[in-house]
Amino acid sequence: MSSTTPLLDVSGLTKHFPIKGGFPIRRTVGAVQAVDGLDFQVHEGESLGLVGESGCGKSTTGRLITRLLEPTAGKIVYRGRDITHADRKQLAPVRSEIQMIFQDPYASLNPRQTVGKIISGPMEINGIDPSGGREKRVRELLEIVGLNPEHYNRFPHEFSGGQRQRIGVARALALEPKLIVADEPVSALDVSIQAQVVNLLQKVQREMGIAFVFIAHDLAVVRHFSQRVAVMYLGKIVEIADRDDLYGSPRHPYTRALLSAVPEASVDTAPRDRIRLTGDVPSPISPPSGCRFRTRCWKATEKCASEAPPLARVEGDAAGHLTACHYPETEQTVPAPRLAKDPEAAA
Amino acid sequence: MSTPFLSVRDLKVHFSTEDGVVKAVDGLSFDLEKGKTLGIVGESGSGKSVTNMAILGLHDRRNTALDGEILLDGKELITATERELEQLRGNKMSMIFQDALASLSPYHTIGAQIGETYRKHTGASKKEARARAVEMLGKVGIPQPDVRVDEYPHQFSGGMRQRAMIAMALVCDPELLIADEPTTALDVTVQAQIMDLLKDLQQEFGTAIIFITHDLGVIADVADDVLVMYGGRCVERGTKKEVLRTPQHPYTLGLLGSMPSLDGPVDVPLNPIPGSPPSLLNPPTGCRFHPRCAFAEKVAGGRCSAERPALEVVDGRGSACHLTSGQKRELFADYASARTH
Repeated sequence: MSSTTPLLDVSGLTKHFPIKGGFPIRRTVGAVQAVDGLDFQVHEGESLGLVGESGCGKSTTGRLITRLLEPTAGKIVYRGRDITHADRKQLAPVRSEIQMIFQDPYASLNPRQTVGKIISGPMEINGIDPSGGREKRVRELLEIVGLNPEHYNRFPHEFSGGQRQRIGVARALALEPKLIVADEPVSALDVSIQAQVVNLLQKVQREMGIAFVFIAHDLAVVRHFSQRVAVMYLGKIVEIADRDDLYGSPRHPYTRALLSAVPEASVDTAPRDRIRLTGDVPSPISPPSGCRFRTRCWKATEKCASEAPPLARVEGDAAGHLTACHYPETEQTVPAPRLAKDPEAAA
Repeated sequence: MSTPFLSVRDLKVHFSTEDGVVKAVDGLSFDLEKGKTLGIVGESGSGKSVTNMAILGLHDRRNTALDGEILLDGKELITATERELEQLRGNKMSMIFQDALASLSPYHTIGAQIGETYRKHTGASKKEARARAVEMLGKVGIPQPDVRVDEYPHQFSGGMRQRAMIAMALVCDPELLIADEPTTALDVTVQAQIMDLLKDLQQEFGTAIIFITHDLGVIADVADDVLVMYGGRCVERGTKKEVLRTPQHPYTLGLLGSMPSLDGPVDVPLNPIPGSPPSLLNPPTGCRFHPRCAFAEKVAGGRCSAERPALEVVDGRGSACHLTSGQKRELFADYASARTH
């Protein structure tokens, strides 16, 4: 994007959750390596999509950025300020600029508070008194997210799932944030409602110039919403690129496999040759050596087991297109083999 | 084509609750042949799961009223006794649930759970049942089935649990398999594995499958025929090609328009359906979709809110909508051009 300092600059971000065990003295016997050495930037007004399967660390990443979790290592720089280990007091002004939207619209709203109270909460905490009063501002916000301002005094249970997610969006907008981390904001909603919320988020992003970190497992939704996309696998970014580059010419075998596995609601487009990945994602407690995807990759060699591939630009790719693979896919790559149907062979 | 393997006629499932009667399914008919897959699509509360619980007789008899006709291979299921149903369940018909972890008992080994069904219906010994369980686990692609058969559900990953459930459902070679959102909780790469597995097994055994999902993408992959449900009624049915290529009901059209695709245009907003699904306690009059329908005012005389549109099915194709086919051609045309970009 631009050469100015990014809004958010993350480098080497790592989160290991310790596993305690033993008796009578409990000690750390291992660690879940949820996120392991992430580097990425988010620029002002930009939307970065984080995709990956469950357990890949995308939600942990979101919680690290918002500092709901304490990073094990690495650095988070927000607008030139290092907030990696900032304490509550130092974080306060930053927190009002970084907001979050959660997945479950039922669990993330207090059932005992009215909508007005929920949405004005962030203003109360930060002692902000908008001109015209908080109530007027809340009514404006309700209008922006497509809810009736008259519903100011209603409780969350009076709303449907999609409407509740709109309340969550209004709350996130209350402090006019610069960055919103949205963790699976539409995956709990019905298809027809999903589109309503995606449209709303897109409108908010465009009209208010808010940067987004959009975490989702649905590749089509991410493509629709994000200008740049990072694909994660077992705690690492395996590929990051501008949307069209990533979806148009994926370089990492995992990205390709992931894209090929998405079922499309169309009978007209030629069926993509689906790459059958065998097996499951390995445990993040003891991830494979070298490249973490090698146990499911059809191209893996000994080099993949001994040496972790760095996230780097592949010859001929656009500037921001980085891939962590020893044998990146090329336009001429022969189709991936339709792997043996019997996973026993691979096990 | 004389008598279909499974035939459902004018099925009604009504629950009585404290607040009144919920008409979860309100007059549903369909047929299914052996070796074919019927995809049932709908959003939460559309009645798709309830329909299948009724077929299996798993509804709560205390507060559920069933009406209509369900014929499985000529046998009437609605009037069947619990004992008769027990003979059929797990044997002639079986089911795969969405949440494999919740549907497996944590206290019993996978092998015991698969074997239980087999022993009940065949009278096999424990030893035979275990051998059968190993065989089934191998069939659904679990590595080292002779070892895994003695493990507990928590030792399996999500995809493997779903495979174990499929093994359990197929242990007696059922002729009808009902899969209720079997891949919704899974990641896409594992989802693809499970869908391939179901297709392979269907080819091998000639099972009739009812595949319930909210994902039209999954439908495009697995189904032969599609039934679209809204508010407890079927609004459209046809072959997969017909429904996805030339939808005839505004709701189907709306669902397709709501879904972002991997190669469609990106910088235009999606086309969501406004509003939310209806409450079945107090459903809208006439066509249940009319409050959310973009074309309701195109129908003269307010018929959409006054009169329930009939589902007229010719050769398995039909839709329940008051719009004339000429109007649909005209009104749906923009959509078609947008989809084929």
